Amino acid sequence: MKKGYFGSYGGAFIPEILHETFQQLTAHYETARNDPSFWAEYLALMENYSGRPTPLTFAANLSKKLNKKIYIKREDLNQTGAHKANNVMGQGLLVKRMGKTRVIAETGAGQHGVATATMAARMGFECTIYMGAVDVERQRPNVFWMQQLGATVVPVTSGSQTLKDAVNEALRDWVGSMDNTHYVLGTACGAHPFPEMVSWFQSVIGQEARKQILKLEGRLPDRVYACVGGGSNAMGVFQGFLDNKEVELIGVEAGGKGVESSQHAARIASTDATVGIAQGYKTFFLQDQDGQMLDTHSVAAGLDYVGISPILADLHVQGRVRFIAANDDDVVSALKYLMKNEGLIAALESSHAVAGALGEMADIADGAVVIINLSGRGDKDIFTVADALDDPGWKQFIAQKAKQYAGESS
Amino acid sequence: MEKMIRNTDKKILLMSHLVLGYPSMQANQEVIDEMVASGVDLMELQIPFSEPIADGPMIALANQNALDNGFKVKDGLEFIAQTIKKHKIPFLIMTYYNILMAYGVEEFIKEAASIGVKGLIIPDLPPQEATQAISWCKEHGEGSLDWIQLMTPTSSDVRLQEIGNNASGFVYCVARKGVTGNDTDFGNELAQFIKRCRVATSLPLAVGFGVKSPQDVAQLSNLAEIAVVGTAAIKIHEEHGVKAVGDFFAGLR
Ligand SMILES: Cc1ncc(COP(=O)(O)O)c(C=O)c1O
Repeated sequence: MKKGYFGSYGGAFIPEILHETFQQLTAHYETARNDPSFWAEYLALMENYSGRPTPLTFAANLSKKLNKKIYIKREDLNQTGAHKANNVMGQGLLVKRMGKTRVIAETGAGQHGVATATMAARMGFECTIYMGAVDVERQRPNVFWMQQLGATVVPVTSGSQTLKDAVNEALRDWVGSMDNTHYVLGTACGAHPFPEMVSWFQSVIGQEARKQILKLEGRLPDRVYACVGGGSNAMGVFQGFLDNKEVELIGVEAGGKGVESSQHAARIASTDATVGIAQGYKTFFLQDQDGQMLDTHSVAAGLDYVGISPILADLHVQGRVRFIAANDDDVVSALKYLMKNEGLIAALESSHAVAGALGEMADIADGAVVIINLSGRGDKDIFTVADALDDPGWKQFIAQKAKQYAGESS
Repeated sequence: MEKMIRNTDKKILLMSHLVLGYPSMQANQEVIDEMVASGVDLMELQIPFSEPIADGPMIALANQNALDNGFKVKDGLEFIAQTIKKHKIPFLIMTYYNILMAYGVEEFIKEAASIGVKGLIIPDLPPQEATQAISWCKEHGEGSLDWIQLMTPTSSDVRLQEIGNNASGFVYCVARKGVTGNDTDFGNELAQFIKRCRVATSLPLAVGFGVKSPQDVAQLSNLAEIAVVGTAAIKIHEEHGVKAVGDFFAGLR
């Protein structure tokens, strides 16, 4: 197989000006991957800075209600509240090895932007985050934190002004700045080596989960569920079980307002996506007949993306990972259900995995062992979650707060 | 195109660039007429794509605007066919690879060849991925459809040689790092880079990215066979209208 390809997906479709930059990145990545001391340094950093290993929490109440053994992998307990920390800290260590002094990143919801900004602050890099202007409006709290952390946030006004446009803008920065700048791509997408490299850093999730479930249950799980935006948290947890065919792996995509509507982001679980090449890689894209990317929709900004990891595209074609979609409404119900029953506040993205799992629990045998990857926590996204829950008390509070601020400024 | 490029007594040729459907194909038509009348020698017509990663903000916005106005690839190709019938100069298509994939890569190349397109510029398809496309260009173009390769200042000598080995027509030299539309210093560094390109290919060289004044063109005429003008012309069209575009090109050389 050609390097950087997974089946017929992946590759590196980048402007020539970046060719040497990718060569250099690939070389550093491969050296690090073959150097056990790098991984040891990474694990030590994640233990000390991000609280790893994260627990595999037994969901006692859910398990009892549903007659299964349900475990939740707690990526929500990472530094900045999501699995994104695993990737950015790994790439940060690589940036040090490369001797670069500045990092840039795209962000949709702001999660990856905030994670990158903390990494830059900790490691002493300059940091610029590209974020769609629409997302800047929608996700003001994350913009606030990025700026407090010392990052420059650039609102992107081109295209649909969301995640994919932020990726394009970050690339535009990079083609001029590559001498001192590394582009910290946030998910297992993009040109080689990013899908493979990001998946490697995220594989810490699966390695831990495997050890933990063997210790707790003395056997491998029957099923593992993860939400899939670009695919990094799913790749992370799935890698712990890929070689064990008896473990069923399920990726849950954003069903938005339904896969029959055009308002979703289900690349594999709908019939709407076709194979194309954009943003540096070949995969299934939600695109029109001319090859123009479509607008996507999800209640979870982090899943609202046109493409999917080429590695997952291949695992789908191989039949190793099964894909389903969870609709916005079911996701919000799942979010509430997990809060009320287990006291866990999941991110809207992660609630897709919960919704996907809950929707299928009736189909499997009693006593089955199930792992749900909880990629991030929801309490930091209070504005979006409150919107999704349509909470009247919260709205009233915000209206009051707005009045107070208006009074201060006049 | 090599022959046509060599067969001139002008000190440098001018290649202009425009985004189809921006602001409209009607406007494209007028601008093209004006450009040809003002002495433009070759023209790059860009088929808009929703993710134009190799373009600067101005051209990216033009891509988006054209798509928002309902641009369709089929209409664009029809427009290009008509344009080629009307004007004698060589026309090239610039676009991203996904546009070809969605159309069918071989179908697209066949169509381009049959309507008389002289070259394809696809900045996101690296040479190592372009082998099949290049052989289709040869097969269907029968020698008159060139796959235009790009050389950049960051490419190593070895890489430049690889690119040069697969080039035909001319080679597009990206004058500097960064995207289209920013200022370029056409000084010593550029001369060094062009020298490296000459070692890697014996084909004529086009230099683009940031060309916007008679001074730029004068400086380039000692270095390259073709000067490429993109963003500057779009800006002038936006700010001063069609006639000004003609005056601008007439005054460049
Ligand atoms: C909490 C959380 N989960 C999941 C995702 C989706 O990304 P991926 O599919 O790469 O895990 C995001 C992206 O922002 C996120 O913030």
